[in-house]
Amino acid sequence: MVEIPYNVEARPDTGLYNAKLGIWLFLASEVMLFGALFSSYVLLRTGDPNFMTIPHEIAEHLGGHGESHVWSDQLNVPLAFLNTLVLIFSSVTMVMSWVSLKLEDFGKYKLWMGLTCLCALGFMVIKAIEYNAKFSHDLFPSSGNFLAIYFTMTGLHALHVIGGLIVNGYLWGPGAKMWKTEPERFTNRIEVAGLYWHFVDLVWIFLFPSLYLL
Amino acid sequence: MSLKAFHIAFIVVSIVLSLVVTVWGVREYLAASSGSALLVALVAAVGGVALVVYGNRFFKKLRDLP
Repeated sequence: MVEIPYNVEARPDTGLYNAKLGIWLFLASEVMLFGALFSSYVLLRTGDPNFMTIPHEIAEHLGGHGESHVWSDQLNVPLAFLNTLVLIFSSVTMVMSWVSLKLEDFGKYKLWMGLTCLCALGFMVIKAIEYNAKFSHDLFPSSGNFLAIYFTMTGLHALHVIGGLIVNGYLWGPGAKMWKTEPERFTNRIEVAGLYWHFVDLVWIFLFPSLYLL
Repeated sequence: MSLKAFHIAFIVVSIVLSLVVTVWGVREYLAASSGSALLVALVAAVGGVALVVYGNRFFKKLRDLP
């Protein structure tokens, strides 16, 4: 059987093994996707003086919640900040799971990767609470351009978190069998999953201040 | 770029964010006496210091990791 080259060891000219080259190409396309959305947000916000203003009829409907008449004041900063802390902690647990494999401690890998999955679940629960609060006040993407951007960007980010959760869950569960047969290749898989997870966390690190604080 | 390098870059960006959130929280508290904003600022400040300590230890401990 022909063995696929550079599956485990790095290719001399690029210094990368196949999966790492693949994930960086994928992440480059992701930068373009989120970059386009961030650009749209900046252009809309700077180009339209009423972009952040809540229309009168919606402000009336919101009652006490609409006192400030500014969309960003409708967002729950403490809850989003809690989510930020959860994601930062999950990046630490993710890298620790990879380090555990490097040190050949599979038990600790299971612990750290399990914690990463729990953090991703926690993020989604908090996000669901946040979305539910919006929907219960009849605030939908159609309510205004700011909310359309808010739901698009945070929703797309949440989809990425779900994707990461599925991959990490697989690598924690059935996919972990590879450790017995091809430990180096499995360690590389965790590194690649970790790179993706860090990218998802980094997107949130930019989303949080630009949507909630500014 | 390896996961190790990306993680260090991520921690640096997180430290900057904690600084931004701290400033935001203090300004909100001074402008509107918002208790929740002050709490967010305090947690962000403590978190920022914790990230500096963690980042420093992570960098030193994993310098020789293959």
